[in-house]
Amino acid sequence: MSELTSRVAPASSRAIEKFKFYGVWVAAAILLVVLPRMFGSGGSLTTFSLIGISIIFSLSYNILLGQTGMLSFGHAVYYGLGGFLAIHAINIIGFNKLPIPLPLVPLIGGLTGLLFAALLGWVSTQRAGTAFAMISLGIAELIASSALILRTFFGGEAGISANRTKLLRLFDWSFGPQIQIYYLVAAWTLLTVAAMYALTRTPLGRMCNAVRDNPERVQFVGYNPHVVRYLAFCFSGFFAGIAGALAAINFEIANSAYLGAGQSGSVLFATYIGGVGFFVGPIVGAIFVTVLSLGLSDLTQVWQLYFGLIFIAVVLYAPGGITGLVMMHRPVVKAGTLHKVLPSYVIAFVPTLAMIAGLMLAIETIVHYTVNPGDDSHIKAFGVSFDAASRYIWTMATTLLIGGFWLARKTWIWVGRAWDEANSGEREKGAAA
Amino acid sequence: MLELIVISALNGVLFGMLLFLMASGLTVIFSMLGVLNFAHASFYMLGAFFGFQISRWFGFWPALLFAPPLAGAIGAGVERFGLRRVHKNGHVAELLFTFGLAFAIEEVVQIIWGKSPVDFRVPASLDFSAFTIFSTNYPAYKMFMLLVSIAIFASLLITLKKTRIGLIVQAALTHPHMVGHLGHNVGRIFMLVFGVGTALAAVAGVIAGPALVTQSNMAGLLGPILFVVVVVGGLGSLPGAFVASLLIGLVQTFAVSMNGSLSSAFGPLGADYAATWLADIWNVTVAQIAPIMPYVLLVLILTFRPMGLLGTRET
Repeated sequence: MSELTSRVAPASSRAIEKFKFYGVWVAAAILLVVLPRMFGSGGSLTTFSLIGISIIFSLSYNILLGQTGMLSFGHAVYYGLGGFLAIHAINIIGFNKLPIPLPLVPLIGGLTGLLFAALLGWVSTQRAGTAFAMISLGIAELIASSALILRTFFGGEAGISANRTKLLRLFDWSFGPQIQIYYLVAAWTLLTVAAMYALTRTPLGRMCNAVRDNPERVQFVGYNPHVVRYLAFCFSGFFAGIAGALAAINFEIANSAYLGAGQSGSVLFATYIGGVGFFVGPIVGAIFVTVLSLGLSDLTQVWQLYFGLIFIAVVLYAPGGITGLVMMHRPVVKAGTLHKVLPSYVIAFVPTLAMIAGLMLAIETIVHYTVNPGDDSHIKAFGVSFDAASRYIWTMATTLLIGGFWLARKTWIWVGRAWDEANSGEREKGAAA
Repeated sequence: MLELIVISALNGVLFGMLLFLMASGLTVIFSMLGVLNFAHASFYMLGAFFGFQISRWFGFWPALLFAPPLAGAIGAGVERFGLRRVHKNGHVAELLFTFGLAFAIEEVVQIIWGKSPVDFRVPASLDFSAFTIFSTNYPAYKMFMLLVSIAIFASLLITLKKTRIGLIVQAALTHPHMVGHLGHNVGRIFMLVFGVGTALAAVAGVIAGPALVTQSNMAGLLGPILFVVVVVGGLGSLPGAFVASLLIGLVQTFAVSMNGSLSSAFGPLGADYAATWLADIWNVTVAQIAPIMPYVLLVLILTFRPMGLLGTRET
């Protein structure tokens, strides 16, 4: 009895919970409105638009990977088809002067994604796991190769372009300037994020989690896991289509790269690096990966290699992604034992950072000798200039790499011990209570 | 017509045997470790580039001898220090790890050897025509490729079926715990199998490199087809992988050599439709749709026979 009463929260704290819940959404909306006033330059507006599109796409991907446990290598199919249909829709609407304004076009993309997910999903969601991953890969290759054959619809290598300003105007918005596109993307982002969050709260969303964790038991309860996976797949395709349509509107072009393996891979990277275990994970990942890919490409020639290495490191050492790492600390913070862990972090970070610096130095030096061997050996990477030919740099890279690795291995054991201590204190408290 | 059929059949069998060299490793690794190695085609690519580099320094024969063990050693290292670590996080994590690895290997190859094709040539000692059929000179190097793949296929079969090592490997496929209880080091067996599997892919890379194009996108082009082979044949079935390799090899080579299209069969499309998307389908030749045929086959197989041609278990 006491257990029951303690679980039901008092009315006042429920009101606080409700306030907190809606407060987050209102704060997000305000932030989206205010952002362009703080960073108004064209470049940052484009970046924000790209981030918004990436957030929708990553969250739609996480309906599959994080919530239903289906690893897809071909999610860009629905994104790309949504983009192509949106471009064709803009052209048709503009040509026939139909009374459809631009803000509704993403819905057309979404419905396209839904249609194709409904068509292709039934076969591919029959099984989860490795089989699903391979079917998704096969279907993606099929669609991407077909796109190059069906030239009239997909426009071959060049793609199909459109003019977004020729549509019916509401409130005299032409959608020519980037700021108006930003608000369009921001509105759709807020809308779809709320919709996808609501989806996780529905019985279907819960069944998806159950199918991910134990499909056999789901069958015993009386549900068909195949149907649950299929429904999740359709929803995922719908939101991916919206993202694709927004991307097509943003660039005013759709080409075969939208459908390709590269796009499927990058959404997988963003979602997984952000963390598949929490709803906010893909949002964090989308922001991180978009900013990183835009920022790194200025800093170094081989940014894609760093990208791959970061992904491998996350898979190896932080399977929960960035949000997983942060959320891991919540019980420790709540127990007030964070101070036991922090010093060991400081000690462990020094050799780890040294190792990473050594690795970067080594990579940049090697890149200098293999990619542009004839050039001047004084190179600049990550804003730091150094002489790639100097022996001093070579020794430093090797020392940092090997020494850092050796020390890092030792210090991370300390971190593990500190964690044990912080948690065991908590456990003792729990036992005493 | 007969000439076309004979030449295409020869080329198809050759391509099929090359596919099998890779698919065999992939299948054994899958049935043993339960992980589909996304980076398998990357080891094929590494084999080709190592072969190119060694053949430039020491000649083709040392390359054929040393490049595969080198790639195999990298593969064994990947299993020991990478896959074994992510194994506890489940199969999805393993698949993701190999996916990231494939991405990273392609980047590294691009950094070292560039994006354009490298000049990996057929060795002079094999650069002549083996025989002439229907006025077509069939290159000796292709016969050499065929012989090498058949020799490896035979030795693989004998090792698996007749030797003690093969016996342990076969047992570890189905009952890894029992093999462990009997005192074998299952971890080491897994590492060796992974190393040998990737080395086989590298052999395919070294011998295919001079005949096909050695370029940094070769793994990305071949990888998906390799998965089709493994799924169509039946996951974990070596004979299935063999049949599927030959099937896909033949289908692709025959399709490439055919020029027919709907318009050549039924006449050109009426003027009303000439500018619509129907014209795309009407005018496309069989050769043009050759690249998508394996994937059509994959979708058909998964719809109608999900365990694959010779597979025994549901994928």
